[in-house]
Amino acid sequence: MKGAEILIDTLINEGVDTIFGYPGGVVIPIFDVLYQTDKIKFILTRHEQGATHAADGYARATGKVGVCLVTSGPGATNTITGIANARMDSIPIVVISGQVATSSIGTDAFQETDMVGLTRSITKHNYLVKSVEELPGVLKEAFYIARTGRPGPVAVDIPVNVSNGILKNYKYPAEVTLPGYKPVANGNQKQIEKLAQAINSAKKPLLYTGGGIISADASAELLALLDKTNIPIVITLMGLGSIPTDHPTFLGMPGMHGTMAANLALTECDLLIGIGVRFDDRITGLRDQFATQAMVAHIDVDPAEIAKVIKPQIPVVGDARKILQELLKKVQPRQQDEWNERTNSWKNQYPMTYDQSAESDILPQYVIDRVSALADPETIIVTDVGQHQMWAAHYYKHRKPRAFLSSGGLGTMGFGLPAAMGAAVGRPNQTVVSISGDGSIQMNIQEFATCSINNIPVKVVILNNSYLGMVRQWQEMFWDEHYSQTCLKRSPTCPPKCTGPRKDCPSVYIPDFVKIAEANRIHGYRATKPSEVDEVLKTGLNQSGPVIMEFMVKSIENVYPMIPSGKPISAIIPGRSS
Amino acid sequence: MKEKHTIIVTVTNRVGILARITGLLAQRGYNIESAIAAPTEDPDVYKIILVVMESDENVEQITKQLNKLIDTIKVTDISHKNNYIVREYIILKVTLTQRTRPEVLDLVRVFEAKPIDLATEHLIVELTGHVRKIDRFVELLKPFGIKEFVRSGEFAMTEYN
Ligand SMILES: Cc1cc2nc3c(=O)[nH]c(=O)nc-3n(C[C@H](O)[C@H](O)[C@H](O)COP(=O)(O)OP(=O)(O)OC[C@H]3O[C@@H](n4cnc5c(N)ncnc54)[C@H](O)[C@@H]3O)c2cc1C
Ligand SMILES: Cc1ncc(C[n+]2csc(CCOP(=O)(O)OP(=O)(O)O)c2C)c(N)n1
Repeated sequence: MKGAEILIDTLINEGVDTIFGYPGGVVIPIFDVLYQTDKIKFILTRHEQGATHAADGYARATGKVGVCLVTSGPGATNTITGIANARMDSIPIVVISGQVATSSIGTDAFQETDMVGLTRSITKHNYLVKSVEELPGVLKEAFYIARTGRPGPVAVDIPVNVSNGILKNYKYPAEVTLPGYKPVANGNQKQIEKLAQAINSAKKPLLYTGGGIISADASAELLALLDKTNIPIVITLMGLGSIPTDHPTFLGMPGMHGTMAANLALTECDLLIGIGVRFDDRITGLRDQFATQAMVAHIDVDPAEIAKVIKPQIPVVGDARKILQELLKKVQPRQQDEWNERTNSWKNQYPMTYDQSAESDILPQYVIDRVSALADPETIIVTDVGQHQMWAAHYYKHRKPRAFLSSGGLGTMGFGLPAAMGAAVGRPNQTVVSISGDGSIQMNIQEFATCSINNIPVKVVILNNSYLGMVRQWQEMFWDEHYSQTCLKRSPTCPPKCTGPRKDCPSVYIPDFVKIAEANRIHGYRATKPSEVDEVLKTGLNQSGPVIMEFMVKSIENVYPMIPSGKPISAIIPGRSS
Repeated sequence: MKEKHTIIVTVTNRVGILARITGLLAQRGYNIESAIAAPTEDPDVYKIILVVMESDENVEQITKQLNKLIDTIKVTDISHKNNYIVREYIILKVTLTQRTRPEVLDLVRVFEAKPIDLATEHLIVELTGHVRKIDRFVELLKPFGIKEFVRSGEFAMTEYN
């Protein structure tokens, strides 16, 4: 059997139904095998970055490994951002790149790049396949490593002579042997017991959960624990949707742009139970002033996460789902008490609000609120990166896991559209809405063509504030409104030192997103007044096929609350309060 | 407090493993004092012996990150353990003059170092021993003028299993 055939056979055996990618010289042998099979759907994106994010979005939405196939050199380097993004958020993808023939490696051959060297620090593991004999084992390992333990991206670089090479007695390997890789699933019973006791005796316990709950598919267990114990809970950006937003003990997202209730609870709790979280600096703020009153427990499948940032008194290494099942048996029921009252009072004291009635411009928060009200409850929301991402996190009513997909760790503008495309391909029965800013959407705007031609029905909401809003907000708050290169309307005729919108600002926004829709032969709508928001959403969401819905929102609007970077939680700026 | 730690990383012998290990330490901002990659009795297994100058907490994090590498079988920080045999090897070139020759040769004899090349203006010697012994040897020869030396970095092996 030929190497290229072995590759495709392995993918089929691994249950791969879709590949996102882009062809090129050294992968023609592989594409030729794809040409002859109908078992795998191939989505030809318009850029390899798009393919990588699509595989990532597919993986987030389905829980399966996403796959991406690209050529050597520029094809391979175009996947770098997507791989780094998947790595930061622990998303299982396998990126297969072509490589020049083994005899040419190291000669600076045409389109040769050292893919293994380039991706070493941004993959969970990577391979250069040196012979066709190694190929089946490497591929089997790649999928196994990507999806087990703490998931992550694996890159496999396949030289063209390996794809063309012949292996006489190929068999799909039955198992992998990796003496150095044995992820721990079951938590240590003694530690779980200790945690249960700590919970039973805590006065102010707080759950702090994240992406690990999603990747462990542990939502049901988490809900059961909440039912039994009524412990107040804060959930990171990566964990949103693991329980419904309207759960009575949910205090919101913690961190830099977290709710007051979540951040105050972190500061006051006496037992902090982190599950599938990595104590990111967006949450801890200044480390040595983080949760100073609390005993810390940390459940994580990756031993290296334990004590990386905060040293826990009760570490438990293992799979969140398995550990929660054990913990549930050991904790005593707990009723709502003064601590619940106190945390809930913060929720009432500092609600996340906005006042659309006082504004003639559309408020971005209002648009998200209306998306939440009008979209199907099963909708998968995908975001880009910036203010709109934070508003989507707060104002959308999350109901289900794997239904809020956002680039958290790398914060990759341009993630939204291709990831939404991948999600829509992986979950064809779900509505997929991508929420973008006018800056982010332009970073992978070529993928509208992919959506259109393949009829991938992604509904794209663009909150157009004509700024790189998140950066502009920092410039407003900490840099004396020096709006340096954050206005997307800025032209050479503008005053040199602009500090915000004026009467003589350029009136048109480039590009015209409705015309972008038209050029891609999809539907495009625009709302410029609050009264038009519902109509555009209803029309757009009910339209079959991909849609662009552009909302011209208030240009100067900030995300609150906000903890300034590098400051302790106590430095939080609440914004409006009632 | 930063201290010297010797870490033994047992790995499967796969292409690029040394690059993975040194790359990982560099990526996370740790400095390597020395690194040796050596074959073992099992042709599929290599030992990489690293010496780093880091705090205990950082070494714990380094150890965990090294363990995470797919090709790593075992990581041991032997710094606070005494059941290890640790050795280092040095080749050193020291200046000789009529006047210093006897004293230098004396030191060489006391340390049981082995002369390799004796010329009128220099002496080249080799020495194997515990790191502290090597340090001391270098220190005592310094006043005579050391022209050049290379040290192997640390080797280590457990006494018992
Ligand atoms: C502009 C911007 C602003 C942001 N502001 C905020 C903010 O205010 N608040 C906020 O929360 N985030 C914010 N983020 C996101 C933030 O940067 C981090 O991505 C996020 O907080 C990390 O989430 P997490 O701790 O859940 O970890 P993840 O990155 O989701 O990591 C998951 C953890 O779970 C572990 N794990 C995986 N699988 C399992 C398993 N089966 N069992 C047990 N453990 C497992 C992993 O080892 C890892 O430690 C922001 C991002 C951007 C771009
Ligand atoms: C690829 C990339 N480049 C730069 C940044 C830095 N950055 C973070 S948010 C942001 C602005 C995003 O603007 P937009 O998409 O319009 O969203 P808004 O904040 O206005 O809602 C920028 C430039 C980034 N996160 N990603």
